[in-house]
Amino acid sequence: MQAETIAKFAESDAYLAQIIREVEALPAAPAATMGRRGFLKLSTVGGAGLVLAFHLPAGKAFAAEDTPKVINAFVRVAPDNTVTIYSKGPEIGQGIKTAFGLIIAEELDADWKHVVVEQARVNPKVYGYQGAGGSTSIPRGWDQLRQAGAGAKAMLIAAAAKQWNVPAGEITGQDSMLSHKPSGKSASYGDMAMAAAKMPVPDPASLKLKTRSEYRLLGKRYTGVDNPKVVTGQPLFGIDVQMPGMVYANYVKCPSTGGKVASANLDEVKKLPGVIDAFVLEGTGKPSEVMPGVAIIANSTWAAFKAKDALKVNWDGSEASKDSTVAAEAKAKEIAAGPLPKPSTDIGNVDAAFAKGKVVEAYYQYAFVSHQTLEPMNTTAHWHDGMMEIWAPSQQADRGLAMVAAMVGVPQDNVVIHQTRVGGGFGRRLMNDYMMEAAAIAMKVNAPVKLQWKREDDFAHDFLRPGGFHSLKAALDKDGRLDAWQEHFITFTADGKREVSGGNFSGNLPYTTLAPNVRRATSMMPLLVPTGAWRGPRDNTQVFVQQSFMHELATAANRDYVAFLLDVVNRDVPELRVPANGRIKFDPKRASDVIKLAAEKSGWGRKLPKGRGLGLAFSYAYGGHVAEAIDLSVDDKKKITVHKIWVVADVGPIINLSGAENQAQGGSIDALSTAMGLQIGFDNGRIQQANFNSYPVLRIRSAPPVEASFIQSEFSPTGLGEPAVPPLAGALAHAIFAATGERVRQIPLKTLGYSI
Amino acid sequence: MHLSVNDRDEIVADDVDPGTPLLWVLRDHLHLVGTKYGCGIGACGACTVHLDGKAVRSCQTPVSTVGARKVTTIEGLAQDGTLHPLQQAWIDADVPQCGYCQAGQIMNAAAMLKEKPKPTDADIHMAMTGNLCRCACYTRIRSAIHMAAGTAEGATHAG
Repeated sequence: MQAETIAKFAESDAYLAQIIREVEALPAAPAATMGRRGFLKLSTVGGAGLVLAFHLPAGKAFAAEDTPKVINAFVRVAPDNTVTIYSKGPEIGQGIKTAFGLIIAEELDADWKHVVVEQARVNPKVYGYQGAGGSTSIPRGWDQLRQAGAGAKAMLIAAAAKQWNVPAGEITGQDSMLSHKPSGKSASYGDMAMAAAKMPVPDPASLKLKTRSEYRLLGKRYTGVDNPKVVTGQPLFGIDVQMPGMVYANYVKCPSTGGKVASANLDEVKKLPGVIDAFVLEGTGKPSEVMPGVAIIANSTWAAFKAKDALKVNWDGSEASKDSTVAAEAKAKEIAAGPLPKPSTDIGNVDAAFAKGKVVEAYYQYAFVSHQTLEPMNTTAHWHDGMMEIWAPSQQADRGLAMVAAMVGVPQDNVVIHQTRVGGGFGRRLMNDYMMEAAAIAMKVNAPVKLQWKREDDFAHDFLRPGGFHSLKAALDKDGRLDAWQEHFITFTADGKREVSGGNFSGNLPYTTLAPNVRRATSMMPLLVPTGAWRGPRDNTQVFVQQSFMHELATAANRDYVAFLLDVVNRDVPELRVPANGRIKFDPKRASDVIKLAAEKSGWGRKLPKGRGLGLAFSYAYGGHVAEAIDLSVDDKKKITVHKIWVVADVGPIINLSGAENQAQGGSIDALSTAMGLQIGFDNGRIQQANFNSYPVLRIRSAPPVEASFIQSEFSPTGLGEPAVPPLAGALAHAIFAATGERVRQIPLKTLGYSI
Repeated sequence: MHLSVNDRDEIVADDVDPGTPLLWVLRDHLHLVGTKYGCGIGACGACTVHLDGKAVRSCQTPVSTVGARKVTTIEGLAQDGTLHPLQQAWIDADVPQCGYCQAGQIMNAAAMLKEKPKPTDADIHMAMTGNLCRCACYTRIRSAIHMAAGTAEGATHAG
């Protein structure tokens, strides 16, 4: 009987599903209407110069007694002319620390050479949302950060106007210098910083923000602000945290989720060299928090790891997961062969279209995959003086703060979280399970304790991208246009009611699968292996299915794929019009433009030798319109050589061109790596892959050149951490078909004998 | 036990298990945390350091086997306050995304350049295949190595 496990698991999974919804849910109207109290000037810091903070959400009262607790702000102009910008969100490799700095510096007209960007501490009262997920850091921060820069500049100008007794409108600020042309007066920002701090705080709504033609910094190439530290090996990451008197921990959980500790050889383990203590934690029973297990405390990481090898736990697996990927694959086929369940979408008359049109059917599937950030999960926690102090590499430390406070049983003010640089996110660190484990362990250890997972722990206890199965049937009309689309999605459920997190239909795809007749239905199979968000959740798999099947349809219609695709994305289906002011901003013009440019860049339609093929696919996901093309060869042993990838993205204006290119290159190659060779299997609830030797992440020799192009439309900028991922697998499948005539309907391709 | 690390004589306490991988001695005992733990089985290259100038996986090197050989870590790669050309190229080409693998990448590339000062793409692929980058910065790693070696076109300067 797994009732208790199922209930706890369902609660945990619902929590993650909620996180995914929240991180994706951009405010419909950006926070441009913040009132006067939106700014907070911090003049309490002696000699600091001008320190300008924000507090959000707008309208929420900022109690005066909270002020002394505000240690970080957004921007500080110091008397030595240094501008310090505090980046509120975590740097996970998406380049946000550099981008946030640039956005503020642009409006402030600061000299980038004198700008220092520091990581803000977690303080939702000051910064509002501080997570990184759903490619929303840029769209969420855009107005807020620009206003912070413009506000600081307005105060510097006001101070100069007063000192020089000239109209503020005649003073300009550029490269951290204020100047008044008519009188020839000038001063550096630093010279004016103390006086500026005494100026009234402007109403954010009154600030005039720059137009794009006025940008001096944005859109050019900048190297990451932390790069000098990265390349010299300075401590930056969670794993690098060191404290005087620190001890080291590993936490051992049941390989099958839901297992409990029946007994363990704790006395033997405690006698091992370097081991300080070993104890059982019951945990909260939720995968999102703390599962039952054994904590080993040692005087070094290695001693903890060695003790882990010697630890023998007798697990009570009666309530644990018994799931198997092989069984799920067989069961999904059975379900697909059966009747279609009650549709969740039923537009037009699919059956009538099937009766009169040319019908194509196909069955697609994709595997479970793991995140495997290169920095394994870790957190340092110190329980002292009624405070829980934490150093964590998390994508959502702000959310972790509330969770830790609730578990430890202290007010949130008694939890201090320091955000470290994060050695890879990809959605894994939207969860704070490792932070919660560290806090639970720290409660029982009278010292700062660093919890360090082994790579094998990262494999055994991830929140996987769920695998899935899609049974598709479509009809083409007499002109070879997409007339009907029917999709039966066979996915998983934890509670029997709702799809597992990351395993529901994408909210984006309905707006890009534009046919007059559409029917979608979902079947669910039980699952007690944790799932979650993996870089471009849902779209990274479902776009592969959509674009691949659409390519099958274009082929059946004997039509060019680019023409077919342009036709589909420009179709007006009244029931499928994008809701105004909603989260989804799909725009057929932006879609058409990226598709056309990708076709142009890749030389679409050019004649290629046998065994070589060009593929192209499109996706709208996470605010970004992206088309990708891929040129590859396939030899007679199914070995693939990728000659080149083209990424064409419209994410609005580019903040840092170098960072944007990094995301386009990294995102598309990550997607190539995953589509080629990555797969997680489980049997009796146990993950079968343990380390990188059984999980072939792509290596440098297989990494093709990537040419990134950006259509810098006039829309507000959106993120690029995820949008370059979804189109790649579809383009890859098209290219293989073009090269070989073989249709691939499952990823990873290694399951079909392909290698790279 | 004495270790020569970055041209300094370091003393490793007697109670450190001689089987401890060099990686953890560097990180936990000598507080040189630039060398990273990635996999513990020599499959990712994040822990790469030099022993007498040759790249080794410090997670697969018991500290007792180091002996008198000189250990160089990422913290000791710059000489006399000047960055190694690879470190400078890594900054100029804006290679890092999350940055976690980069110490291992740079150390491995530095050892390669000693053997092959003017590497081809094929040389780079051969030498760097053991270094995994989960963010897939590979195209820029390749460019930055060329930039440092003065071969091929090198990368676009990120400024």
